[in-house]
Amino acid sequence: MHYAGDSIIELHVNGESKSVAVKPSHTLLDVLRKQLSLTGAKPGCANGDCGACTVLIDAMPVKSCLMLAVEAIGRQITTVEGLKDAPIQDAFIRNWGFQCGYCTSGFLMVCHALAMHHPNAEQSVIEEWLQSNLCRCTGYAEIKDAIQSILSGNLHRHRQRGAFF
Amino acid sequence: MESQLGKDTVRKEARDKVTGAAKYTNDLADAPMRHAKLLTSSHAHARIVAIDTSKASAMPGVRSVITAQDSHLLCGSMLRDRPPLADGKVRYYGEPVAMVVADEEQQAQAAAGKIQVTYEPLPVVNSIAEAIKANPVIVHEQLMSYTKMEQEVYPLPGTNICHRQKISTGNLPKGWADSETVIEGSFTLPQSDHGAMETRAARCIIMPDGRVMIKSSSQAPYSVKEEISAYFNIPAGKIIVQVPLVGGGFGGKTAAQLEVLAVIAARAVQGQWINLVNSREEDLVSSPSHLGLAATIKMGAAKDGKIMAAAMTFYIDSGAYAEISPKLAKAIAVECTGPYNIPNLQCDCCSVYTNHPYAISFRGFGHEALAFCLERMVDKLAFALNMDPFQVRLINAVRPGDLKPTQEKTTLSNTGDIRQCLEKLRTLINWDEGTPIKEANNLIRAKGIACLIKTSDTPTDAGAAVILTFNSDGSINLNCGAVEIGPAMKTTAAQILAERMKMSLEDIHVQLTVDTASSPYYWKTVASMTTYIIGRAVLNAADDALGQLLNLAAIALHCPPEDLDFKDKIVFVKHDPTLYIAFKDLVKGYQFANGNTIKGPLVGRGSFVMSRLRPLDEATGKGKAGSSWTVGAQAVEIEYDPQQHTYRPLKAVTVIDAGKVLNPKTAKGVVMGGMCMGLGLGMNEEFVYDPYGIVANTSFRTYKMLRYGETPNYLVEFVETPQIDAPYGARGIGEHGIIAIPVALANAIASAAQIDVNRLPITPEYIWREKTRA
Repeated sequence: MHYAGDSIIELHVNGESKSVAVKPSHTLLDVLRKQLSLTGAKPGCANGDCGACTVLIDAMPVKSCLMLAVEAIGRQITTVEGLKDAPIQDAFIRNWGFQCGYCTSGFLMVCHALAMHHPNAEQSVIEEWLQSNLCRCTGYAEIKDAIQSILSGNLHRHRQRGAFF
Repeated sequence: MESQLGKDTVRKEARDKVTGAAKYTNDLADAPMRHAKLLTSSHAHARIVAIDTSKASAMPGVRSVITAQDSHLLCGSMLRDRPPLADGKVRYYGEPVAMVVADEEQQAQAAAGKIQVTYEPLPVVNSIAEAIKANPVIVHEQLMSYTKMEQEVYPLPGTNICHRQKISTGNLPKGWADSETVIEGSFTLPQSDHGAMETRAARCIIMPDGRVMIKSSSQAPYSVKEEISAYFNIPAGKIIVQVPLVGGGFGGKTAAQLEVLAVIAARAVQGQWINLVNSREEDLVSSPSHLGLAATIKMGAAKDGKIMAAAMTFYIDSGAYAEISPKLAKAIAVECTGPYNIPNLQCDCCSVYTNHPYAISFRGFGHEALAFCLERMVDKLAFALNMDPFQVRLINAVRPGDLKPTQEKTTLSNTGDIRQCLEKLRTLINWDEGTPIKEANNLIRAKGIACLIKTSDTPTDAGAAVILTFNSDGSINLNCGAVEIGPAMKTTAAQILAERMKMSLEDIHVQLTVDTASSPYYWKTVASMTTYIIGRAVLNAADDALGQLLNLAAIALHCPPEDLDFKDKIVFVKHDPTLYIAFKDLVKGYQFANGNTIKGPLVGRGSFVMSRLRPLDEATGKGKAGSSWTVGAQAVEIEYDPQQHTYRPLKAVTVIDAGKVLNPKTAKGVVMGGMCMGLGLGMNEEFVYDPYGIVANTSFRTYKMLRYGETPNYLVEFVETPQIDAPYGARGIGEHGIIAIPVALANAIASAAQIDVNRLPITPEYIWREKTRA
């Protein structure tokens, strides 16, 4: 038998530990999709240009096509499958934030992290974060509505107006 | 029951799409699977001297290395001119030359890199001008020997012209004589790309009994099936094409391209699934793209602004292969007057071969390119006449009874109300404040307007069927061949069904995956025609099911069926609603108290086919290309910096006569998406070629689509002039948001910078060159 060059590593994905056999050259995206069947992260370009493969690494958005699986050892990986009723998911539905849905997982992960780290983000910060991702179906207006609806500044304003809760 | 139409309706697959549960072709768990990878051409035009596959074949995991030598085959949906793997010569940069099948994707990729191709470069046809000049380099030496898949293809021998469409109406010399002002313009538009976020993917397995199973990201599973059947001489019934959700189409996923290659690979390596997925780079250039265009237009108008005559010549850069471009030429020709009445007309529209990536349908089906040329001419005409561009449009806009270039008569029902669209636009963009306006900060604010129109350009037999089956709770499964590519067409079909059945949308279950073995035929999910064609079939299926339900309920309720009505999954006696029976007690047949049961499980069937369409006359273009038109008016407002020649879009407005808006938020979203794409074409998007025809920008880093924060505020409003023969009056609107946005932007920039804009995209460098004549 030949040595296949695979190593067993342990990844922490969506709160669970998973053992996977990987080559050093395997990207995190490939391992998530092909070995763990977490196909929510999409290979839109495999170049870091489109953001469709975005996952969270220790709560920060990372393009999983630009990260090797071995680099993710010891880190907390969250994919779209790991979002459990996150406000941004409902916000995307309520605001028509997607059409074909292919870029959606990536946008959700960026927005989710943005809301965690910058709950009162201003327009310029939102722009800076969301420019990492491409959407070809919408004109971004609905995505803008969705992210703004979950930032706490807006939640607060809505509350004052009695539009929420 | 309250109507469910005209209300914001969340798409059926929404929850799947925000949880990662939505599956696209390359997400499907098929095992075991082998992987195919392509070696693509590094030249735009070259003779293939030799291909050495020996090193690649010896690489680990490699099962097969395939070249054209293994299958001399020609493909093409209209003219069979395209070998799936280059045969003898390559005709564009990125053209598939060889294919490797290996156990692992990386192995296939590595082996593809070991294939050695010896090329002898040939002179490159790198523009439309080079394609049509005297004694050009010929892209297809065997043009006249190709098999036609459709009759309406007229290639010209000894040229690079694969199709010519002519239109001629009225009396052109009289038109010129009646014209006080005559202007001319020339325009060029580059090729560009669909940029769907999901790259194209195809899978195939040949089953032991010879059945060919295909899974692909196709907008046209039934034509994939028919084309594969024709190419490989396999009975159509033995070919099964399955399409799950598709990650954006925009017309780009209508050709049988990867599917053909996947079949070739599956035949070489029997018994396992083949997985063939485009890289983004392949998706941009190897797979088909958006047409380029060159046009010359001469237009004459009377003193009052009425357009009297026009002579137009269009050349489509169809790239290396014809594919659908003859139909694109037809589409441009039949719509060459836009939404205007031009009584005396001559139009000549050719599809020409170049050594560029080949073109396929793209959102707007050529109308976005046509609109650019035509609506720039209208602005130029207004300038020459010293008239308001808005007024020139209003004066010339079609009225019921006017004839289209195909000599079809327009009515309010078949065309909608362009004047009402224009008047609404005037208010929304605040046209009467004027343009350009100097701002205090040395910037210039300017607006441009333009009109849009589009018909379906469908084949005369474009049709669909719908099957309804019932569940034991009385709810309905809706099965149709429309592919869910993004605009929520399945949800629209469900809304139409729920409305006719007077039941809740919750009780309509849509089958999201299309399977040609079990889903009834639908021509293709294109041309903004799904609401119309599928919608009509849904209504027929609903009526079929209702007839059966009422007849069966009549037996159960001991009364004639005409005494019955229905709603909320119940059939009741009109004059005594306390007498009723639920759908659930009818859908598996009706059971008497003694257990006897009559009629079996209920199936609703509906079909629809476009009516009264006919091919165009070769010499005059007389004919009927679609059942109706959709019209609209668009505007873009920009802020221009006269020092830097940079600009940003502030506002973009669209008013479309939608007939009836079935799902307002969805409709608005689809239109805004089209507008965003139109701004991309206007501002950034183009294939950049080097002198040898090599595409220089094959990634999203260099092929720049608009990103978050780069877009303007959108205003979208609808006019509702019902199309009488459409489901609940709803016209097609899927593509239309894109059509006049690039030219509205161009008109705004022409106003702001005081330049003559005659090409796209409009980069600051282009404006600077025009301003300085550098």
